[in-house]
Amino acid sequence: MKIMVTVKQVATLDDEFELRDDGKDVDADFREHELNEFDDYSVEEALRIKEAASGDEVEVLVVTVGPEEADEALRQALAKGVDRAMRVWSDALEASDPVAVGRVLSKVAEREAPDLIFTGAQSSDHAFAATGMAMAGFLAWPHVAVITKLEYQPGAERATVHRELEGGLEEVMTVQCPAVLGIQLGINQPRYASLRGIRQARSREVEELAPDDLGLGGDAVGEPGSASRVRRMIVPERGRAEMIEGTPAEQAARLAEIIKETTGG
Amino acid sequence: MSETLVIAEQREGTFRPVTLEAIGAATMLKQAGGGPVAVAVIGADPDSLVGDASVSGVDEVVKVKTGSNDFQPEQQEAALAALIEQRKPKVVMLMHTVDAWSFAPVVAAATGCGFATDVFEVRMEDGGPVALRAGYKEKVHMEIDFPGKETVLLTMRSNVFQPAEGRAEPAVSSLEAPQADVRTTHESWLEPEDAGGIDIPGAEFILSIGRGVGDESNVEEFLELAEQMGATLGCSRPVADAGWLPKARQVGQSGQLAANCRLYVAMGISGAVQHQWGMKHVPTIVAVNTDPEASIFGVAHYGIVSDIFELAEELRNHF
Repeated sequence: MKIMVTVKQVATLDDEFELRDDGKDVDADFREHELNEFDDYSVEEALRIKEAASGDEVEVLVVTVGPEEADEALRQALAKGVDRAMRVWSDALEASDPVAVGRVLSKVAEREAPDLIFTGAQSSDHAFAATGMAMAGFLAWPHVAVITKLEYQPGAERATVHRELEGGLEEVMTVQCPAVLGIQLGINQPRYASLRGIRQARSREVEELAPDDLGLGGDAVGEPGSASRVRRMIVPERGRAEMIEGTPAEQAARLAEIIKETTGG
Repeated sequence: MSETLVIAEQREGTFRPVTLEAIGAATMLKQAGGGPVAVAVIGADPDSLVGDASVSGVDEVVKVKTGSNDFQPEQQEAALAALIEQRKPKVVMLMHTVDAWSFAPVVAAATGCGFATDVFEVRMEDGGPVALRAGYKEKVHMEIDFPGKETVLLTMRSNVFQPAEGRAEPAVSSLEAPQADVRTTHESWLEPEDAGGIDIPGAEFILSIGRGVGDESNVEEFLELAEQMGATLGCSRPVADAGWLPKARQVGQSGQLAANCRLYVAMGISGAVQHQWGMKHVPTIVAVNTDPEASIFGVAHYGIVSDIFELAEELRNHF
């Protein structure tokens, strides 16, 4: 059986940053990249199923949509032990929103025919919480978002999941497979890659595909294939705390004052 | 039609009050050039939800009868797609809840409508909605439009829009929902573990720790500090996920709302939006963090850039 895990290389911003000239995004010079935190958990969940099974029974494939630098995210997963890594990109994918990315990933899923797809519940940069479930929509597959526990035997017709709701309430559900499952933080404790794994991952192949290879024309990706368009980005006026300066002893003394004033103690 | 259609949320047949925030947002949009407000109530007994949805600003309540009050994504999707098909609303609003995460993107993919999530501001421009949402961990705002989209689906951030209140007498209509091929089954509920006397919602003074605490062995000294100061110890998600403190102490969207808190001291918490949801309303917030750019300083009233252990040690001398 096969588990497909979709991952995203997210961007974090430097302390000081500037917008691009067209105002629609932050200038690339001020962005750093890392694997989406949620995807760390979905990769781990797939690896656990693989390791609990016998031999090569379970294949784990990680897929991302992104430019060459996104290989870094894939190599992190390879270093931890996934079997295959795939990256889909062309310049036409620039400006794709989560729905357009979900469409691309759905085409990969049709081609690869996995038994389960794991996707991070959301991304730690833009937090759309949309790509994975949009993919499920294009596939018309069963789907559950925000999962904190998964019980699944390779090849089983149904999986049992815990869906995390607001306020700590959880719902136990069963879902028919193949299914798209949105993985929440805390479902497991992700491992660290070994140095040997990291070294080996450098020379592993990343399969590269373009939208054309998936039968997607220009109207299906990028802005034309999206459900939304970023017109501009705005750097908000941030509320700023009154900073308490001084040595730790002085800072603590002022904090103690604030606590006593506020609590009347 | 130019209407704004709100999809009400119910759990086991009980109307979820968070829906009133979406109705509030839709009503605000109506006053600013948006269309009339319709609210769809979807469930096994939609009649029982009509009263809850009949609040000020609502022009029509649409009953959609389904086979079950369980949350069945496919059934929600079929109902919403039928509502969009038949009513052609300009805007559809849901709250940005776990239920919405589970089915709104699916409808966006299946119907081709415009779509944005976690929206905290919306206005009409040239007859269509323009939405604001955050990006890059809240460091920027994204202004989003939906060129050429007849219907735009928006999920709205909670604790932003004034909930609708006051009774109204809207028109009531019904819509036939197509039968969906339901492939998820509700099995049971797991209530949050027993809080063991920990009362985050009731606490007036909370000392809260986050990732900055570094290791489980460091938690004890903050429990002691909290006790010494007369505070309740809270935490952010990573601390609870790691099992260092029970979930009952977690402040934030998937944990507790610090509902009665008057003073919140956040130590080593960067301030993810899900955490802020649980505490940003507190009248006095003090943030202690080594990173002067941590987003917690954006909601705090007082900020201290310091090592939390050093500060905690000094603080003990004052209580």
